[in-house]
Amino acid sequence: MGQYLLRRVLIAIPTLLVISFVIFAILDLSPSDPVGNLPLTIPAEVREKIRETLGANDPFLVKYVKWLNQFLISEPLNVIEKITGTKFPGSEERLRYLSWQTRSPIIDLILERLPQTLWVVGTAYMFAIIIAIPIGVISAYKPYSIFDQVGTFLAMIGFSVPTFFTGLIFIIIFSVNLKWFPSIYDTTHRVTDIESFWVQMRQIFMPVAVLTLFFTAQLSRFTRSAMLDNLNQDYIRTARSKGLSERRVVIRHALRNSLIPVVTLVALGIPQIFQGALITEQIFRVNGLGQLLITAVQGGDLPMVQALTFIFAVLIVVFNVIADILYALVDPRIAYH
Amino acid sequence: MKKPVLKIGALVAVLLLLTGTLGGVFAQDGETVTILYWQAVSNMNPYLSGGTKEIDAASLVLEPLARYDETATMIPWLAVEIPTVENGGISEDLMSITWKLKEGLLWSDGTPVTSADAVFTWTYCTTEETGCAQVANWTDVTNVEAVDDLTVKVSFGVPKPFPYGPFVGSTSPLIQKAQFEACVGVAAQGCTEQNFGPIGTGPYVVEEFRANDVVTYTANPNYREEGKPFFQRVILKGGGDAESAARAVLETGEADYAWNLQVLPQVLASMEAAGIGTIMNVTSSAVERIHINQTNPDPALGDARSVWAEDGSNAHPFLTNPAVYQALSMAIDRQVIAEQVYGPGGVPTCNLVAQPPIYASSANDSCLQQDMEGAKALLDEAGIVDTDGDGVRELNGVPLRILYQTSTNAVRQANQALVKQWWDELGVETELRNIDAGVFFGGDPASPDTYGKFYADVEMFTNTFDGTDPESYMAQQQCSEVSGPDNNWLGNNVSRWCNAAYDELFAQLSQTVGLEARAEIVKQLNDMYVQGGGIIPLINRADVSARANSLEGVRMNAWDAELWNIADWTRAQ
Repeated sequence: MGQYLLRRVLIAIPTLLVISFVIFAILDLSPSDPVGNLPLTIPAEVREKIRETLGANDPFLVKYVKWLNQFLISEPLNVIEKITGTKFPGSEERLRYLSWQTRSPIIDLILERLPQTLWVVGTAYMFAIIIAIPIGVISAYKPYSIFDQVGTFLAMIGFSVPTFFTGLIFIIIFSVNLKWFPSIYDTTHRVTDIESFWVQMRQIFMPVAVLTLFFTAQLSRFTRSAMLDNLNQDYIRTARSKGLSERRVVIRHALRNSLIPVVTLVALGIPQIFQGALITEQIFRVNGLGQLLITAVQGGDLPMVQALTFIFAVLIVVFNVIADILYALVDPRIAYH
Repeated sequence: MKKPVLKIGALVAVLLLLTGTLGGVFAQDGETVTILYWQAVSNMNPYLSGGTKEIDAASLVLEPLARYDETATMIPWLAVEIPTVENGGISEDLMSITWKLKEGLLWSDGTPVTSADAVFTWTYCTTEETGCAQVANWTDVTNVEAVDDLTVKVSFGVPKPFPYGPFVGSTSPLIQKAQFEACVGVAAQGCTEQNFGPIGTGPYVVEEFRANDVVTYTANPNYREEGKPFFQRVILKGGGDAESAARAVLETGEADYAWNLQVLPQVLASMEAAGIGTIMNVTSSAVERIHINQTNPDPALGDARSVWAEDGSNAHPFLTNPAVYQALSMAIDRQVIAEQVYGPGGVPTCNLVAQPPIYASSANDSCLQQDMEGAKALLDEAGIVDTDGDGVRELNGVPLRILYQTSTNAVRQANQALVKQWWDELGVETELRNIDAGVFFGGDPASPDTYGKFYADVEMFTNTFDGTDPESYMAQQQCSEVSGPDNNWLGNNVSRWCNAAYDELFAQLSQTVGLEARAEIVKQLNDMYVQGGGIIPLINRADVSARANSLEGVRMNAWDAELWNIADWTRAQ
């Protein structure tokens, strides 16, 4: 197991380096311009000057090496310093990796955005798991029952109706007509006591509901089909004929086996949480990582886009490894060599 | 197994009801004003980021010596009075202007404002490595000096008939020397703390800045006017889109003010019907226009594509023909575009300079009425007719086929679709194309899709000028400004329109003193350009915003920062 893990990690490093180069190169070749969105009243020579001060005109390799250095060495040190409060030698001269749009360190911006993304997308993902697995199990246990039909119907809605539409419907019902929940998310809100927790619950309700519907649809269908496969197996019949209770048969025998693919799906979906929900964040002004990425793309803020894309790539690689490890925990028959 | 599910369902339903009903309606209080800018603010330093949203956000904190009010009149702000030749503030030879600061002005940190801060502001912005976006305000400035603690003298290298560039308007505010001293030049980019929280003289100070998200302001305890501002806190929230911002002010009442509502007019009107908010608009100097390429954009030309040649050898095969560009303009129904596409966001115009009113020419107003028959007759008379029966007219055997490009934006595409319909009816086949704004307005000389490269027959966008004096705007149509490979396609004259008489008259403008005389020349220049087929003007754009009905004192301003008088805003009882 230990050896397997080591091998996986060692393979991940060159993979990430290749990914970093590809991301950097593709984005660098894109025709977007950091000063493209400035008012036309700013003359061309001034724009050129701004581009120069941002370093947008440096040669490709210079930019790439600078980027690797800042991204893999300087910024991790900065983050460690920030978290632990210690200072490494040379922390004053270390150049920060700056966003073109805001002229501020990218890592600080990402850390600032993380809480709201985790609050909203994380909560939605958690709810989706809690809701989807029981729905999937019951649907599979009694296929084509009313419960299953309703579940299938809702899952189809969740699948096929885009979040920008459900989001809008929610706003019109709950904000415009009923005035129950705010449609604007207040990122400066701090949870300190019961009352402020309540406010937080109210403001995350709509984005969480929209996302939960979306995630639940995917997960519940997946659980249902995995369960259906297992419920028809011989070992289930054996378990029943041994006189085990239905509860035990379904949960201990069928569910446990069905969870193997579900766990993979869940683990591989976790990077999504960090990517934020691009559209849902935009609709409710949650302004988390998803919105950060969108504004960076629109503003031609290449360093920001490169940083976020690369971090997402790292997360995907890491959670792939984690999914592999979870396999072994769920199914002891799987051994690594 | 069914029962717990039901129980959970019931519990969720009850919780939902509770959370909803307990909260009640959204509070509008006398303490806080909430403003929505759907394009979020990235930085609080207007010198580093030239975007309108950053300039507006900074205007609550940083102030210039003089501002323009909503009627485009210059009013003293931090200065005692507007310097003129009559009051001796401007030297007789027009080579310098002297400003006097009000007495007793304090920065929000309690230190006095002095002329040294003004000198520093100049140094900061004109140091090349700073990458200052507003450096054009300092054109021809040779020196800024502190005569005494409250007197600033700005000297120019040439006579300046309009010397109100430096320190006037929201793009040229004072910054504090003590705060920014270490941030000049290369260091400017890294001064995050300063750029996110500049110290100013305005009614508010930055409490918290979250880039591309939200700015929280609190009232400036050292503000010069007693009892102002009325609101103790301002929240400037970004993100989302224009339509939902309008909804939050006009329908849910969650916010008090929403900026730049480029939303279909019908949608806005139905939201306003809810009765809790009001839509406001002010006409600005921005004009949506179609630029006519004077050069040949034929891909077969290779590197010579859209490159202007002084001898006219690479002229456009038909767009330089007066009958063609006049007919194209006559065929357009600007009233329909204004009503269906812009609503409160614009009125028809036939001029390059549509505002302020004193500069607007009336010589081209005939274009306000569509004249399709007249346009067809004009082309018929010029012998530009459809000879081969394919519905497209020809000039010397070249069919009138036009590629019409613009940036990607729902309003522009609706506009394009209307114009295409009319031009097709005229017998000019029109192909539409739209390009992402970041690329279209970007300056990448390698990209074939920039507006400066103009690899199309016509292209549409909006242009405008800062403040109220159009001199720099008129300069853009000179022959020396023609966009081409020698200036990396960054020249301002994207139509590649060149007329020696225009250049001569423009040279006269830059030496003319007196508003009336200047306005007369501007009108003549405008007429030469429009009648000479440089552009087809369409719409004089207006800024559209919405406010809650309970918010009073808002005076929307197109000539300065939109939030310029926020210190006077109050809440109705």
